[in-house]
Amino acid sequence: MVRFLKRSYIYLLFVFLYMPIAVLMVYSFNDSRSRGTWGGFTLKWYGSLFRDRTIMSSLYSTLIIGVSAALIATVIGTMAAIGIHNSRGFLKKLIMNITYIPVLNPKIVTAISLMILFVFARVRLGYLTLLLAHITFNIPYVILSVLPKLRQLNKHLYEAALDLGSTPAQALWKVIIPEIMPGIITGMLLAFTLSIDDFVVSFFTTGSGVSTLSITIFSMARQGINPKINALSTIMFVFVLALLIIVNVRQARDEKKERNGKIGAKKQVSPYALEFGDS
Amino acid sequence: MRRQSMMPYLAWMLLFIIVPLLLVVYYAFTIPSETGNVWSLENFTRFFEPIYLKVLWRSVYLAVLSTMICLLLGYPAAMIMVGNAFTRKSALMLLFVVPMWMNFLLRTYAWLTLLERNGFINVLLSALRLPRLNILYTNSAVILGMVYNFLPFMVLPIYSVLSKIDKDVIEAAGDLGANSLKVFMKVVFPLSLPGVVSGITMVFMPALTTFVISRLLGGGQFTLVGNLIEQQFLVVGDWGFGSAISVIMILLILLSMAIMSFFEGEESEVAPW
Repeated sequence: MVRFLKRSYIYLLFVFLYMPIAVLMVYSFNDSRSRGTWGGFTLKWYGSLFRDRTIMSSLYSTLIIGVSAALIATVIGTMAAIGIHNSRGFLKKLIMNITYIPVLNPKIVTAISLMILFVFARVRLGYLTLLLAHITFNIPYVILSVLPKLRQLNKHLYEAALDLGSTPAQALWKVIIPEIMPGIITGMLLAFTLSIDDFVVSFFTTGSGVSTLSITIFSMARQGINPKINALSTIMFVFVLALLIIVNVRQARDEKKERNGKIGAKKQVSPYALEFGDS
Repeated sequence: MRRQSMMPYLAWMLLFIIVPLLLVVYYAFTIPSETGNVWSLENFTRFFEPIYLKVLWRSVYLAVLSTMICLLLGYPAAMIMVGNAFTRKSALMLLFVVPMWMNFLLRTYAWLTLLERNGFINVLLSALRLPRLNILYTNSAVILGMVYNFLPFMVLPIYSVLSKIDKDVIEAAGDLGANSLKVFMKVVFPLSLPGVVSGITMVFMPALTTFVISRLLGGGQFTLVGNLIEQQFLVVGDWGFGSAISVIMILLILLSMAIMSFFEGEESEVAPW
């Protein structure tokens, strides 16, 4: 009986969490524009979604910025993680604290501080500023994904490579990077997802004419309900779900490898436990 | 494995994290005058005028309320999920976080569809011949939006702490004669405190600084601290005042982080969200 009550409680919470998404998805196939009535099955909202110039161009911007910000953040973040891993004491502590600033700061503060910087430095708000801002809030997450992998690394691998005659650069490229690759990929996927989910930072650092999906959704939602958004939600949910499954399968595989291999493996930053308080 | 490899990162962080924050502080402590910007505390004193204090009070009130609701809903949920009511725990946790991966705006927008006058909930209620629910554009809708968006942040850290409690400790307490209520009050809850504290911070901070939830579900006239900052930068153009409010927010966050680390101690294993 108690077990039943416990289960029901959790199921009720799941209803609470999933109902809004489910309702959105169902209504995206509703022929009637009003939410109250079911006018039959239709795909017309998907059609008008793909014909909507504003949505399509903001989708394009979101993807371009998401991909480039993720790539650049991954390069800078991975290099940074290697450097941080090899530094000690006060310097390391200081750098880690700075790394946590964008993670802990309210998004709105990060957003306005970057906006002030760009306006102050007379950089025209638009694609460039969006990209710079996204890279900035992405890098810490890449570092936090790569660092645990570096800690798991066998210290002597690098030395062994050098002893066997490789140059430091070769040792890095042929030994270290392949070893920490899972962390790098996880970090990159995370960065990409954070980028496409971001609203607040984009909202403040974009200029006229350039809009990301989140910004477009915001301005559409302010004007009330629009079935095109429902269709968009459905597509995005399915897409994000697929991405999430990939990340998790990868992680499960890594963990399995760890259990079979190295001892004393440190806990990996779990990407699905990360902040989405994008308020 | 050279240390120089972090140079690009250091330069980047200096330029895009440190300098912007210093600019915020600079604008917060200066006001424009004919001879350029002069140092002043005016932006801060202005914040303590009744209308702005009311905004702060409302934000804190709504954030505290939604944090408490999240705790009341989330703690039992975490306990149940740690316990033996379910077998596949990791799948369960995954189900809990999947909605978080939906675009934040879409999640909030979804509640518009549900709460509307002719929305899903009201259609359902009238089909059941129950009175209609008209809470859209009120405090209740904003709290609902916050709880919906931030509940997993409460459940995750509590779950992770609870799942690490040594089962032997609980059994020992039982063997020593404590009933289950006593075991909970004296053993389980104190041990789970780090998770509770980090859950509270993880819900309270975004709830305090949100401006999207209040804008969409609270309607246009509804102002929280986040909306106030947004207005100063995008509508009024008063960077000084907007920066001062941001500085106050940072101080509030630092304060709650200090409290959090005090409770958590050195060895926190809760993932930094």
